Amino acid sequence: MTPLAPASVHLATPGGYLLVLAVTLPVLGVLAMMVVAPRHARQVSLVTMAAGLVTALAIVVELIRTGSALTYIVGGWLPPLGIALRADGLSATMIAVTAVVITATALFARDLYALAPKTQDGRAPTTFWALLLAIWSALNAVFVGEDLFNLYVALELLTFAAVPLVCLDGRAETVAAALRYLMFALLGSLLYLLGTGLIYGSYGTLDIQTLSHLSEGGPALWVALALMIVGLLAKAALFPLHLWLPPAHAGAPAAASAVLSALVIKAPVFLILRLVLDIAPPQAAILAGQILAVLGASSILFCSVMALRQARLKLMIAYSTVAQIGYLFIVFPLAAGNEAQPPWETIAWTGGALQLVSHALAKAAMFLAAGVIAEAFGHDRIADLGGFGRVLPISAAAFGLAGLSLMGIPPSGGFIAKCLLLTAAVLNGHPWLAATILAGGLLAAGYVFRVVDRALATPAIALVAQKPIPRRLELVALVLALAAVLLGFVPLEPFGFLQLGRSGAMTAVTP
Amino acid sequence: MSLASLDSATLFGLTGAALAGIGLFIVIAHAGLLRRIVGFNILGAGIFLVFGAAARRGAAAGFSGDPVPQAMVITGIVVAFSATALAVALLQRLFDLTGRESLDAPAAGDKQQAEP
Repeated sequence: MTPLAPASVHLATPGGYLLVLAVTLPVLGVLAMMVVAPRHARQVSLVTMAAGLVTALAIVVELIRTGSALTYIVGGWLPPLGIALRADGLSATMIAVTAVVITATALFARDLYALAPKTQDGRAPTTFWALLLAIWSALNAVFVGEDLFNLYVALELLTFAAVPLVCLDGRAETVAAALRYLMFALLGSLLYLLGTGLIYGSYGTLDIQTLSHLSEGGPALWVALALMIVGLLAKAALFPLHLWLPPAHAGAPAAASAVLSALVIKAPVFLILRLVLDIAPPQAAILAGQILAVLGASSILFCSVMALRQARLKLMIAYSTVAQIGYLFIVFPLAAGNEAQPPWETIAWTGGALQLVSHALAKAAMFLAAGVIAEAFGHDRIADLGGFGRVLPISAAAFGLAGLSLMGIPPSGGFIAKCLLLTAAVLNGHPWLAATILAGGLLAAGYVFRVVDRALATPAIALVAQKPIPRRLELVALVLALAAVLLGFVPLEPFGFLQLGRSGAMTAVTP
Repeated sequence: MSLASLDSATLFGLTGAALAGIGLFIVIAHAGLLRRIVGFNILGAGIFLVFGAAARRGAAAGFSGDPVPQAMVITGIVVAFSATALAVALLQRLFDLTGRESLDAPAAGDKQQAEP
């Protein structure tokens, strides 16, 4: 066993308490819901959302102002014994996107539940709000966590909040989908936990910052990282382990699908990024990067084709999620840095992070638009949706704009992301990855146009909405889709922001 | 590592690894969800034993054992208990709704009668 690191690499920063707020505010909201009457759950959570949005904004502002990562040492106990919370540029970006998507989803759900009075006084709405806040807290905990075991607990909290969301309507098929999801997620977290145990046994610390200063990795580290990454892949639904995702995300209520697809699967992806870039020794990182890229590329190709073949709109969007997640994994070989240029200064890193953000916005918009469509017509069979653009023009526009970002058509966030990835693939000499990115874009165009074509079609019998849809409901999806597109107009802004706290992590040498 | 150096911590570690292997096999090989949930618990128990072995080996500070992994095991047991509770509740609901206790619908028909 290697002795413990002599001193901590963490120094608490003044703005660190914001990270504690980001994690605890939603929990306070859930606790408040337990106290007040169920019918007030919505108000409580909307107030919490506002506070959480302000906190997320404050974290971003503080990060830009100080130019370095925010750190908070819980209870004043320094790692390796204590736990540190830390937010660098990427964490802050994810916290901000999470706040935006969750708030938008809440605005959507608020109107959707107002739409159907029969669900107004049931258990489902109250549970929905509590679970939504719980997911938010768990996501923030994952994004700021520095301790591998602490991250395990955060991941489990995320699973426990996400699984019941899948089967909120209580139908047998969604319960089965939730169970399948739970099986994959539990297996994933137990493999992750085993890796954590091996790392603790070898190095006596679980702090990511301390572990990133490891001089050499032994076989125990390799095995531990392999176990952890495979476990996280099951949670992130990469290609061979994606079987649980389409039924779970397609079966969940629209607002839940948006959060699950846009945010929940990003948490394990984020952790894989941290493991590979921060902890893995260079050789292991290269090997892991190659394997992840192959899986990511097969994910893009296979699941895009599956998405093309789906008859139901929500299933199609769910398969598209698996395909788009693939792009995040081909980042690894492309962002392989060298001595002169660490991974987070490469354009592939920026591209990957942009893909994380733009996919979150676009996918949430798509699921919300699909939710409006399903709500209006009572079904989501693509073939029977001819001419829905006339009935729901705003939703059709939101779907199309979000599709622009998924396809990677300029001007959109997805275009910049894929353009950066493509450039990196060509520059670094990975022609097959470049070809995959292009093919994935074409396939995405295929499945998005299938729906857009239905929206613009002129059916023999005009579609009629079964119930009126308030305009605000549609506008939420449109705003998210517009945000995904507008992301394309701030191309180089994240470039510096994403590196905040990154380079500092490597130069901060233990005294 | 030679056989002579097989102290109790190593033995615990190996036992934990064996338990984890058994649990993993049950989780992957069995279709019945109740068995899988039990498999998850066996897998978890094996992993906790590995943590225990790490605690015995990590007596760097002069204690007979390192307290940190023990604290983690306790947390882990709580988490595993919650996971089991959630899984059993969902399974109960699935059984109430459909009368089956596995995810593949028709193939498990004969197994249902074999189990209570």
